Amino acid sequence: MNSRTSNGPTPEPREAAPTLSVRGLTKVYGPRATMLRRNAHRLTAVDAVDLDIAPGTTLGLVGESGAGKSTVGRLVLRLIEPDAGKIDLLGTDIAGLSRGELRRMRAKATMIFQDPYTSLDPRMPIKDSVVEPLLVHGGHSRSERYEKALAMVRRVGLGDAHMERFPYEMSGGQLQRVAIARALITDPSFIVCDEPVAALDVSTQAQVINLLNDLQQERGISYLFISHDLRLVRLIADEVAVMRHGKLLEKGDAVRVFEEPEHEYTRELLAAIPGRSPRSRRFGGLAGCDGETGTADLRQEVA
Amino acid sequence: MTAHESVGTKERRRRRSRVLRRLLRNRAAVVSMAVLAVLGLVAIFADLLAPDDPNKVALVLRLTPPSAEHWLGTDALGRDVLSRVLVATRVDLLASLQAVGIALVVGVPLGIVAGYWGGIGDSLLSRVIDALMMLPPLILAVVVVAILGPGLSNAMLAIAIVIIPSFYRVVRASTQTASSELYIESARASGCTSWRILWRHILPAVAPPLLVQASFSASVVIVAEASLSFLGLGARAPQATWGLMLKEASSNLTTSSYLIYPPAIMVAITILALSLLGDGLRDALGRQTTDGR
Repeated sequence: MNSRTSNGPTPEPREAAPTLSVRGLTKVYGPRATMLRRNAHRLTAVDAVDLDIAPGTTLGLVGESGAGKSTVGRLVLRLIEPDAGKIDLLGTDIAGLSRGELRRMRAKATMIFQDPYTSLDPRMPIKDSVVEPLLVHGGHSRSERYEKALAMVRRVGLGDAHMERFPYEMSGGQLQRVAIARALITDPSFIVCDEPVAALDVSTQAQVINLLNDLQQERGISYLFISHDLRLVRLIADEVAVMRHGKLLEKGDAVRVFEEPEHEYTRELLAAIPGRSPRSRRFGGLAGCDGETGTADLRQEVA
Repeated sequence: MTAHESVGTKERRRRRSRVLRRLLRNRAAVVSMAVLAVLGLVAIFADLLAPDDPNKVALVLRLTPPSAEHWLGTDALGRDVLSRVLVATRVDLLASLQAVGIALVVGVPLGIVAGYWGGIGDSLLSRVIDALMMLPPLILAVVVVAILGPGLSNAMLAIAIVIIPSFYRVVRASTQTASSELYIESARASGCTSWRILWRHILPAVAPPLLVQASFSASVVIVAEASLSFLGLGARAPQATWGLMLKEASSNLTTSSYLIYPPAIMVAITILALSLLGDGLRDALGRQTTDGR
């Protein structure tokens, strides 16, 4: 297993070897055109996307629903197979990995999902869910595993009693902490966070974001933080990439993108963030916005 | 460590008791469980309970109606009907377990694999299963017995083949539902092997509907055994099964109608208990364990 400090075959060596480097990532859904089926309906969910994430940093991937953000998140971990493109994860080209190698890679690069109510097995007590990644990657005795799990559960702010609970006995915020503990227990270098707080209420959102921030500083983890909520991205991201209809419209330093957005769509997204005071909020009213953007803006307002 | 382990067993007991409590609140289910427990005990201790040797022929006593000596009378060969019906309980329940067991062992892995991986294997397998389901069940069983030869074990194998499709379908459908759950993707993202995902995450999700299906199928098997034995394709002559007893009773029906009741009532009680237990299980397991909330 390559660690991210070792120099993998990176196509464009910038600074340190990036945790994640993606070139021309493409995913097309729908049937391929064949002799019998000529004009098959195909959807390009992800269209030639390039991304880089440096060690210990966070890339915020933003865009409206259906922009292909989550698909990118799953593609870079090869949870779904890309149709084209090159993915270098922790210095390894993951296209060439066998199933076993890919499975072992998951100890170092994993994912946190949007809905904590459904991302944990409802039939497993919390301790078994947290321990599971350690168990499948081996190398620890049973008592070591549970000790590590307990330490991890405490680290994410839960108590010993939670270890014995079942998911239906816990709140969304607690469950997302469990999901974080589960993801972190194998000490990964890279985590895809797919809308990790979208299912939580606003007061818990900040707590979970802060936890992710703290853990990043402690452990030097890189995040691919997927969200439609620009306010959250502003809190956590070092760099921002904006997606729409499967294409990457703009990427760059988070401060720069928020202060001087280059792309018209980024400006629209930013304008759609609700203001601090209800009086400064406005619906629609964007110069040259089409109907579709109008609904996206409304969604932003509601969220 | 020991402290929170004891908490753990308590929590687990609490969760399991939720299903049990719902099952116990269902009076029909409780009664059927009691009936099945009694039937099970009868099956185990049949030899001790039987007042007489079930195969002892006494032609002098043939077709005597119920009396103090032979509570349920004697059959055409003078054998004690009570002893035979008790011993038949064991044979029938074991045969039923055998058929359901075979169907589980074959149907569950096929259903899980087809439901989880899908693709061409699933399509092919599902076509074969559909074809199997299109054939009338009894005719199919008769054909299988004709190929394998008569006998109780072969009859049970035939019935197993008949009920495999229902197991396959139940398992495949619930596997498909479970596979699309986020926690399965989460398990993959954590690096679980497919084997572990199927064994630790899919199978527990499939278990509740499977349990219901198994208890319904067991009642189907009891009836099927009776039908096949009645047709002379199941158990053979000296052996005591309910189906065979019905067959023998039917030839003396006009003179000794009392012979038909013991096996008929046993079959009726058993299938009623199994179906009601199936209903109770279905209600008790309900959304609660599949959803977990």
